[in-house]
Amino acid sequence: MLTAAETLAMSVTDRPVTGDAESRAWLRALRSADEHTREEAVARLHALLLRAARFEVRRRAAGARHVAGPQLDDLAQQSADDALVAVLAKLDRYRGASRFTTWVYKFALLEAGVKMRRRAWQDREVALEPAGWPVLADPGPSPSRDALMGELLAAVADAIAGELTAHQRAVLVAITINGVPIDVLAERMGTTRGALYKTLHDARRRLRACLAARGLDPDLDHRGSSE
Amino acid sequence: MSDDRDDLRRLRGLLGPAGPELTCEACFDELDRYVELELAGADAEAAVPGMGAHLEGCPACHEDHASLRALLEDDGPPRDR
Repeated sequence: MLTAAETLAMSVTDRPVTGDAESRAWLRALRSADEHTREEAVARLHALLLRAARFEVRRRAAGARHVAGPQLDDLAQQSADDALVAVLAKLDRYRGASRFTTWVYKFALLEAGVKMRRRAWQDREVALEPAGWPVLADPGPSPSRDALMGELLAAVADAIAGELTAHQRAVLVAITINGVPIDVLAERMGTTRGALYKTLHDARRRLRACLAARGLDPDLDHRGSSE
Repeated sequence: MSDDRDDLRRLRGLLGPAGPELTCEACFDELDRYVELELAGADAEAAVPGMGAHLEGCPACHEDHASLRALLEDDGPPRDR
């Protein structure tokens, strides 16, 4: 009798890989017993990852003007190298739900995106105290703001100040008010993107609950994106 | 009106999406399938419930999604599907 963990593990690793012929060919080559075939496939895979990393670095270069061209290519090379390690380590997790090339692209884009965000912020201080409060310092009604919006902003400011933990407040303010990229914040706080997003998610749920308790509608969709 | 739009953007950022959403880890796991479905004109959100809400709430995953979509569009249509 298999344990639940063994059954789960089998469901992940022993399912046959479906997908297109090209993707199956990639897997065969990367798992080949023939060293030459395997090394040639790894080299092609690295070239593919480097193309994706360079694409991402170019996309983000406008936001990182202080990073010179050679540094950008170094970042792309590092991203491709790190993505190659990640892809080869997780090869058994590819199940053919997308093309193999699409699956590997996301590893290179993630590595390049994180590196570019961190490089853009490497000389900038990340304020973990509520230095961003001036953004909501005057959340009440004003001549250019309707009464409901003023009431919502005031209620949110109250809830941020009084209902969140210090950690939730620091994460919420840094990401949503001060615009600190979540990967940069994760690096400074010694945690992960996923863990920080969980904190942000919990803080947002708490804010929504506080608004609802005051009879305010936190669902802003009806105000429309067409405004 | 720009003040209203700024306020609305600020509130949406603070409150995040209303509905259930994926975690960052699940988003990464499903991102490749989701983008291919989008580009094929299929109902990607039905196939991966909660992805749209997460992409709305997480700026980093939102950027990763935009990048993968742009890269695949740059590649052109797949040769073998």
